[in-house]
Amino acid sequence: MAALINAPAKAKRGEIIEIRTLTSHIMETGFRHTADGKLVPRDIITSFTCRYNGAEIFRADLFPAIAANPYLSFFTVAKESGKFEFEWIGDNGYSSTASASIIVE
Amino acid sequence: MPTTRRQFLSLAGSVTAAGAIPIIALRPLEATPAMLTTAIRNIVGEAQIRTGKVKLDIPPLVENGNTVPMTVSVASPMTADDYVKTIHVFNEKNPQPNIGNFHLGPSSGRAQVSTRIRLADSQKVVAIARLSDDTFWQVAADVVVTLAACTEEIN
Repeated sequence: MAALINAPAKAKRGEIIEIRTLTSHIMETGFRHTADGKLVPRDIITSFTCRYNGAEIFRADLFPAIAANPYLSFFTVAKESGKFEFEWIGDNGYSSTASASIIVE
Repeated sequence: MPTTRRQFLSLAGSVTAAGAIPIIALRPLEATPAMLTTAIRNIVGEAQIRTGKVKLDIPPLVENGNTVPMTVSVASPMTADDYVKTIHVFNEKNPQPNIGNFHLGPSSGRAQVSTRIRLADSQKVVAIARLSDDTFWQVAADVVVTLAACTEEIN
């Protein structure tokens, strides 16, 4: 699954930077019915984690109230050059990852 | 045979009873303010919840409840000994009262989270922040939704 990551490629040491992520997922709520009355089974992303050089800096527990194609924006302090790793985990064994690099001067 | 008053009343009664049945099945599944309170207590426990520090940016009127932009920010220096641990967002009338839990830390730099949510009806949205000293701060916002999300039929 494709994910869009928007994180600065370069930052000054100590700078507060914004990271924005968007991933494609239906986020089926489990509360909808088909026209003939059958309940559509729930299929959502339940957890999102961002790690910065291995250390967790942001985590979110998601519920059916999160819109389809979950968008998340959060902040972190640019401490050192390295890598951001993103992980989405969901129902039915869903798992997806992405990463982004940053150079801190 | 002339219709007696008794026959007429029993007939009228059965018609009313039959007419009432379909209404029950159409009521949508919905959380209640009591479920909202319970969901909040599950997170907060017995702690006191104060008003302030938290800011919830959400449009007061949305046309489409399927994707409502929302930003929660908390006034906090985000230092090693004074920071926001978690931000919890709840709703009053979706089928389930939880929207999301966002876990931050001193390295977040700024206590602010944005996402897009679904709202099944016009309702209240509540954001609660847990600070590093385990105090809880909340803010609530009312949102009017023209087109509801979540419970519509799919084809």
